[in-house]
Amino acid sequence: MHSGTGMPGTPDHPAGRIDDAADGADGTVVLGESDVARALTRIAHEIVERSKGVTDVVLLGIPTRGVTLAARLAQRLAAIDPAFDPAGDVGELDVTMYRDDLRRQPTRAVGITRLPEAGIEGKTVVLVDDVLFSGRTIRAALDALGDLGRPRAVRLAALVDRGHRELPIRPDFVGKNLPTSTSERVRVRLSEVDGGEDAVVISGRGEEGAR
Amino acid sequence: MRHLLSTAELSRDESILLLDTAAQMAATQSRQIKKLPTLRGRTVVNLFFEDSTRTRISFETAAKRLSADVINFSAKGSSVSKGESLKDTALTLHAMGADAVVVRHWASGAPYQLAHAGWLDAAVLNAGDGTHMHPTQALLDAFTIRRHLGGPDGGLRGGGTDDGVGADLAGLKVAIVGDVLHSRVARANVRLLHTLGAEVTLVSPPTLLPVGVETWPCRTSYDLDATLADRQPDAVMMLRVQRERMSGGAGGFFPSPLEYTRYYGLDARRLALLPEHAIVMHPGPMNRGLEISAEAADSERAVIVEQVANGVAVRMAALYLLLSGEEQPPAAPPVTQPGTQPGTVEGTPR
Repeated sequence: MHSGTGMPGTPDHPAGRIDDAADGADGTVVLGESDVARALTRIAHEIVERSKGVTDVVLLGIPTRGVTLAARLAQRLAAIDPAFDPAGDVGELDVTMYRDDLRRQPTRAVGITRLPEAGIEGKTVVLVDDVLFSGRTIRAALDALGDLGRPRAVRLAALVDRGHRELPIRPDFVGKNLPTSTSERVRVRLSEVDGGEDAVVISGRGEEGAR
Repeated sequence: MRHLLSTAELSRDESILLLDTAAQMAATQSRQIKKLPTLRGRTVVNLFFEDSTRTRISFETAAKRLSADVINFSAKGSSVSKGESLKDTALTLHAMGADAVVVRHWASGAPYQLAHAGWLDAAVLNAGDGTHMHPTQALLDAFTIRRHLGGPDGGLRGGGTDDGVGADLAGLKVAIVGDVLHSRVARANVRLLHTLGAEVTLVSPPTLLPVGVETWPCRTSYDLDATLADRQPDAVMMLRVQRERMSGGAGGFFPSPLEYTRYYGLDARRLALLPEHAIVMHPGPMNRGLEISAEAADSERAVIVEQVANGVAVRMAALYLLLSGEEQPPAAPPVTQPGTQPGTVEGTPR
């Protein structure tokens, strides 16, 4: 699920793939496949550097694309330091039931929450999402984490930071800062989820505000 | 979905969405902190005109686990015993700003009336009406069946681990045995299980099969032994003999309880006729020794206690799906006649 959907005025389309295909034609590709790969590699190195190794690091992806990104980051972390278990130290965290906009949006399907077997107690949890926008998804994720345990630290990795924060939340690891206007839509397309090549696409440029 | 009144109006996709959501809800219930903030600030009223233990507690638990405020209302000890009508009760609830009303009523169709008469703009969940429908019971039964037998790898009994998420019940055979005539559970299950692709056989004495049962999407039989041996059902659902609905003791529906047990009771001998993987279900409360023997009820094939636990997850899913999502403007402004609505001044929402 797009992380930017907490923003009023950018309604979430359950049939996102159809929209993606339609927008793909007129949207602007700002990051290509190799850019995405390089950004992820850099984020992986930064995570290792910041945590001084991979001990007790746990990656939690936020559905849908955050989960895919977390899996890819896990492969890179394992390549940097074999002590990281790319299967066991990765999970997914569904935040649907913690959102503050449930009454403003069409009903959302509840996704899967799957934690690493060792849990998150005392770990350094890195939340992974595709696009950081209003920050409301991350707020919901922090609340969800609080109900699941008490990590030693929580960090945030996002492939794209497009600004327009509505809450005092900042990312620790960013793939790319993208200055955008609120009327634009930023989409991350990943081959595992959407098929085709990885890309970050901006659409809606020059249009009147979606509001 | 605006209300949950009957399983007959649920599509296959809606049913699967409800079951899948219930699976996620069930997963949250194994955590240390079971409470979710999802419905914070919403009010759920349990409106019970008929006695109930597990359904009311189950709905109350479900609403509280989602952080909703719960108001329990039972007809005993309320203004209903002074002769208040359903309409006036509904208008009172509207004035108090209920977001969802869970209603159990002895009259078939009461929840429908509550949902469509324009007295309330809350979501209405049918928790059993007369001999008509009990949708959340059917959903929890379907959830339990799917968890044990559904999905590509055959659920828990087939060695699977995924609870059959996303799957329907295509090809599964279910026998529903006993007092079909008085059973809203049977009616709700026949519709839902049929929608999900299961084949249902009703087994009952002729006196306890309703007129018109031939129009239902299921088979019928008078012979339990033959059904168990020939159909080899994957799940057997025993219905409670509802003696309170049979006027005058056994009421002439069958000659004696002992004879009923001989012909239609599930005991160890009949249990042995079932295939290895088959599960035994009962909506509760059980009449041990009448429709089900203690041996069958306590055997490891019985999933009766699990049905209760799954009930909470299914009701959480129903409340979530009905109460989250875009605020629909009320279809028609509720009828407010000055003077008939207590507390209008201070209680009107917005």
